[in-house]
Amino acid sequence: MEHIIKVLPYLLEGIKYTFLITIVGVALGFVIGAFAGLGRLSKSKIIYWLCTTYVEIIRGTPILVQILFIYFGLSDLLGINLDKVTASIIAIAINAGAYIAEIVRGGVQSIDKGQFEAGDSIGLTKRQTMWYIIWPQALKRMIPPLGNQFIISLKDTSLFSAIAVGEVLYQGKAYTAAAFTYFEPYLMVAVFYLAITIPASIILRRVERRLDV
Amino acid sequence: MEVVIIEFFESIRFDILWNYRSLFIHGIWITLGLTVVGYTCGIILGLLFGLGKMSNKKWIHYPSRWYIDFFRGTPLLVQILLIHIAVIPTIFGQSLGFFVSGALALSLNCGAYTAEIIRAGIQSLDKGQMEAARSLGMPHNMAMKHIILPQALRRMVPPLGNELIALLKDSSLVTVIAATDILYAAKIVQGATFRVWEPYILAAIMYLFLTYIVTKIVAYVEKRFSTSYVPSKRPKIFSLSRTFTGGR
Repeated sequence: MEHIIKVLPYLLEGIKYTFLITIVGVALGFVIGAFAGLGRLSKSKIIYWLCTTYVEIIRGTPILVQILFIYFGLSDLLGINLDKVTASIIAIAINAGAYIAEIVRGGVQSIDKGQFEAGDSIGLTKRQTMWYIIWPQALKRMIPPLGNQFIISLKDTSLFSAIAVGEVLYQGKAYTAAAFTYFEPYLMVAVFYLAITIPASIILRRVERRLDV
Repeated sequence: MEVVIIEFFESIRFDILWNYRSLFIHGIWITLGLTVVGYTCGIILGLLFGLGKMSNKKWIHYPSRWYIDFFRGTPLLVQILLIHIAVIPTIFGQSLGFFVSGALALSLNCGAYTAEIIRAGIQSLDKGQMEAARSLGMPHNMAMKHIILPQALRRMVPPLGNELIALLKDSSLVTVIAATDILYAAKIVQGATFRVWEPYILAAIMYLFLTYIVTKIVAYVEKRFSTSYVPSKRPKIFSLSRTFTGGR
C-alpha cells in the first residue's frame, strides 16, 4: 500500500513526457497526415505512389519496430546521437501521420462531389476549392477519428520505455527495479493511463454529440 | 550529406543476416502462434463480455464494462508487464514462461476490442429482428443464437479482420518480456553484430509480408461474408482475384 503513494511522484514526472511527446507528435503527425492524405488523392502518379507507400509501410509494421528503427537507425545514418525525446516525437509523428493520412483521405472523400463541382463552377481554382470549401467541411468529420488517434498515440507513448524515455511506464519500471515490488507500481501505471484515456473518451463523445456528425 | 548517404548504402550488408536465419524463422512461428492463440481466445472473451455489456443484469453489465474500459484504456505494453511480472508470479509463485503471459495478455486485450466490435455489430441490427423472434415464441437466448448472431456476424467480419491485423502487429510487444518473436530476433542480431539497419529492415519486411498475407485472407473472407455474395457464382477456392465481385 505504501508503494502506491511512493510511486506517485515518479509517475507525475513521467506524465510530463507522455503529454509532451503525444501533443507535439500528434500535431506534427497531423501536418504530415494532411499532406500524405491529400497526396493519396492526387492525380500525379508519383505523389500518389509516394504517399501510398509511406502509409502502407507504416500501417503494415508494428510501431515498436518503427521506434527502434528510428532511434537506432536514424542515429546511425546521420552519425549523431539522436536525443531520445526528439526520436520519440519523430516516431509518433511518422506513425500517427500515416493513420491520420487515411483519416484525412476518408474525410475528404466523404464530402459530396457536388461541392467540388460547385467550387469549379463559380470559378474557384482547385486549390481554393480545397481550402475554402472542402477542407472546413471535411475537418468537422475528421474530428472524431482524430480524437481516437490521439488516444491511441497517447497509449503508444508507453512503448518509448523500450528506448528509455522517462515517460509514465518507464518511471514505473524504474520504481519497481528499486523497490523490488511489482504489483502496485504497475497497477498505478495502468490507473494513470486510465485516468487520462477515460476522461478523454468522455470529452470526445461530448464533442461528437455537439458537432452532430 | 550526399557522401554520407552513398557511404551508408554501400555499408548495408544483408548477407550477415544469413547466419541468424533460424532465429527469424523461429520468430515467425512465435509471432503467428501468439497471434492465433490470442485471437481465438480473444474472440471467445469478446463474445462473452460483449454480450455481458449489453445485459440488463447489473452484476453482469458492470464487470463487463470495467473489463472493456480497463483493457481498452491502458497500453498493451503495461498490460503485458503487469501480467508477466506482477499477476502471474503473484498467483503461481513463479513465471510460467513468455508464451503463457504473452498469450494471456494478447487474449485479454483482443477480447476487450472484440467485445466492442460484437456489441456494435449486434446493436446495429434492427430492433424488429429481436422483437419478431420473441413474438414467434423464442426465448431470448435462442433468438440471440439463431436470429441475431448469424446476421450480426456478417457485419462484424470487416472490423474483426482489422483486429486480427492489429493483433499481429501488437504481438511484437511481447518482445519486452523476452518472447523470441521476430522483433526479438532482430534485437538479438543487433546486439551480436552491432548493426542496426539490416535486422530491423528484415523485421519490418517480415511483418509487412505477414500483414500482407493476412490482409489478402481477410479480404477473401470479407467477400465471402458480404451481403452481396452469391453462392452460385462461387469462384475457385484459391482464386484471390478481384474478378468475382459479381453482380455489382
